[in-house]
Amino acid sequence: MSKITIDDLAKIREQTRRQTTLRQGAGRVKMTVHMGTCGIAAGARDIMTAVLKEVETRGLHDVIVTNSGCAGLCSQEPMLTVETVDEPAPVKYVLITQEKVKKIIDSHVLQGNVVKEFALAVGSERTR
Amino acid sequence: MAYRTYLMVCAGTGCVANQSMKVRDKLVAEITKRGLQNEVAVVTTGCNGFCAVGPILVVQPEGIFYQLLKETDIPYLIEEHLLKGRPVKELLYTPPLEKTPIPKMSDIPFFADQTLIVLRNRGLIDPENIDEAISRGAYEALAKVLTTMTPEQVIKEIKESGLRGRGGGGFPTGIKWETCRNAHGDPKYIICNADEGDPGAFMDRSTIESDPHAVIEGMCIGAYAIGSPEGYVYIRNEYPIALERLKTALKQARDYNLLGKNIFDKGFDFDIRVVRGAGAFVCGESTALMASIEGKTGEPRAKYVHTVERGLWDKPSCLNNVETWANVPQIILNGAQWFANIGTGDVSEDPWGGSKGTKVFSLSGKVNNTGLIEVPMGITLRKIIFDIGGGIKDGKKFKAVQTGGPSGGFIPESLLDLAVDYEELTKVGSMMGSGGMVVTDENNCMVDMAKYFLTFTQEESCGKCIPCREGTKRMLDILEKITNGEGTEEDLVLLEDLSNMVVESSLCALGGSAPNPVLTTLKYFREEYEVHVRDKKCPAHACKKLITYNIDPEICVDKGHGCDVCRKNCADGAITGETKKVHAIDVMKCGRCGICLDVCKFDAIYVE
Ligand SMILES: Cc1cc2nc3c(=O)[nH]c(=O)nc-3n(C[C@H](O)[C@H](O)[C@H](O)COP(=O)(O)O)c2cc1C
Repeated sequence: MSKITIDDLAKIREQTRRQTTLRQGAGRVKMTVHMGTCGIAAGARDIMTAVLKEVETRGLHDVIVTNSGCAGLCSQEPMLTVETVDEPAPVKYVLITQEKVKKIIDSHVLQGNVVKEFALAVGSERTR
Repeated sequence: MAYRTYLMVCAGTGCVANQSMKVRDKLVAEITKRGLQNEVAVVTTGCNGFCAVGPILVVQPEGIFYQLLKETDIPYLIEEHLLKGRPVKELLYTPPLEKTPIPKMSDIPFFADQTLIVLRNRGLIDPENIDEAISRGAYEALAKVLTTMTPEQVIKEIKESGLRGRGGGGFPTGIKWETCRNAHGDPKYIICNADEGDPGAFMDRSTIESDPHAVIEGMCIGAYAIGSPEGYVYIRNEYPIALERLKTALKQARDYNLLGKNIFDKGFDFDIRVVRGAGAFVCGESTALMASIEGKTGEPRAKYVHTVERGLWDKPSCLNNVETWANVPQIILNGAQWFANIGTGDVSEDPWGGSKGTKVFSLSGKVNNTGLIEVPMGITLRKIIFDIGGGIKDGKKFKAVQTGGPSGGFIPESLLDLAVDYEELTKVGSMMGSGGMVVTDENNCMVDMAKYFLTFTQEESCGKCIPCREGTKRMLDILEKITNGEGTEEDLVLLEDLSNMVVESSLCALGGSAPNPVLTTLKYFREEYEVHVRDKKCPAHACKKLITYNIDPEICVDKGHGCDVCRKNCADGAITGETKKVHAIDVMKCGRCGICLDVCKFDAIYVE
């Protein structure tokens, strides 16, 4: 380690913003990958990896990525639920692929526009 | 790397003693086994404060709180929570007397009612990694001070915040700094008091263990304000984890040149040395502490010349407590007004006019939730004990709470709505002290409690001045007499006289405050003393010489059929009887250990 400047302090804070936000349990958007047995069989693990990668490359520090159990609609797996703090209800996306993940992040997570063609229903149970 | 989940494992002294490091190792092993190492990070943090339920694990960002973990719980926990997304109910916290567990840390009353300034980083960072501290804003206040403020402005800010010493006396910090800045002598020293001699108190240990950089940064800011090139941390040697973390933190700060020469290229030099104390209570006192750093016997001196004028090596020295220092960066960052908005009174004219900010307390004794809490000044004792503390253990009745460490006073139930504030606590005969809080219940005898704490202070008296050395000894003799059933009415009068004499004529605050437990129990629980001397009885059944264990013969044979369990378990061979026959206790042989009471399934044993 070497001498640090005041600018470096700010840089470290910026680089670790995502970590800091997540550890405090704060976040603007929550993306839940459903990982019941059915989800995993349908490729939910790869979806999880894809979501994490997209969040990382875009430097989204206020997005929480988490997992939950089977959503009860096994034929539509892999599934992904997106919740944002300023929307009244979570959106469930079905038959997710890595391509869909990118689109959902670009449109819904970043701009707040729900990708209707991938969505199952708007307004099922909230996860928090 | 963006992890999706952080497993924050508590590595405070309490949790470590309960094997939290084994839990951590198991977590790492399980995560690797399941290929989650790129998604899930395991972080060891400082003390969370809820030591009663350790080892603790908090899963973020969901904020799920797991408690009382064992190594063997881990595989299932990882499988359920991290693979299937289902928190494990059995490992969550359930409040006493309730049935439904509370999954989220922020919903648990113990945490929900706290306000964190000093402990703001607890559970959120790895204290051994300076970058994690910086990510949460460490050294930002130092940068602000060095680039935008003069030393005088820093002092003004601290004065206006209303910050007062957290180590005992409650002296306004800004005034102490100003006096030290204006004192003649070179160099000037900054000292951090991490001696924490109060038995059962661990505020300072925990602060250093969870966020050592807050203390270091506070000291840097103080050094700049006062004009000091050198600081000391006086820390007790019995705190191995805190000591190691502090040393690690100092090294990392030095490597970044946050300590050393020309900090942030602003021409400011400052460094900190660590001195280990051998654990004498009196060495926490300012002049004794400085003597001890100099390698002399740790004895106080009379303070007609204050240590801010002539302290360590006879130079102007500014001594503050760990918690006091840790408040400083937050005051600088958020402003004096922000701090002054929390708490009681008004400090805009008079620095003694109120109690501002928060105070850390170690809550112990007969409450359900023992541990470390940080609460806003002005909160009531009732809220601390019954909301945060979760009430009295085993549904027993509250009796009194002692605040301020071994020489704090006992406060009775009628004063539970008292606001926690320097002046209010002093008015009722107790004190803020450094923040010990011991709760007693109906089974505690107040005479016995007073004796217990006086035994400690009497032993720790350094013996330099006569009132403290002889006075506390004689007081203890009288308390001994009373608890043995040999006390008289005159003894109570003498005890009170002696107490007042010791308070008034002792050299330092050790003697000056040691009689508090006696004086307050005499004041609020006089009847209990009276029963001891008049009837030779102990109403709380705590003083062994004044109680007898007895067996109710009817219950013994009718219900228990002379089960003989008590006789078999009696350590003193004091019980006679045989199966199916009535049993009896020989009072002369009985050692009053109470085992028979515990083992009797038929409630045939009673105490008088
Ligand atoms: C017997 C005795 C023991 C003390 N022990 C401590 C201690 O362990 N820690 C502490 O900070 N102050 C202790 N003090 C108070 C110190 O003398 C001093 O007031 C304090 O460290 C000043 O810092 P503050 O203004 O930040 O509270 C003790 C005082 C006495 C009389």
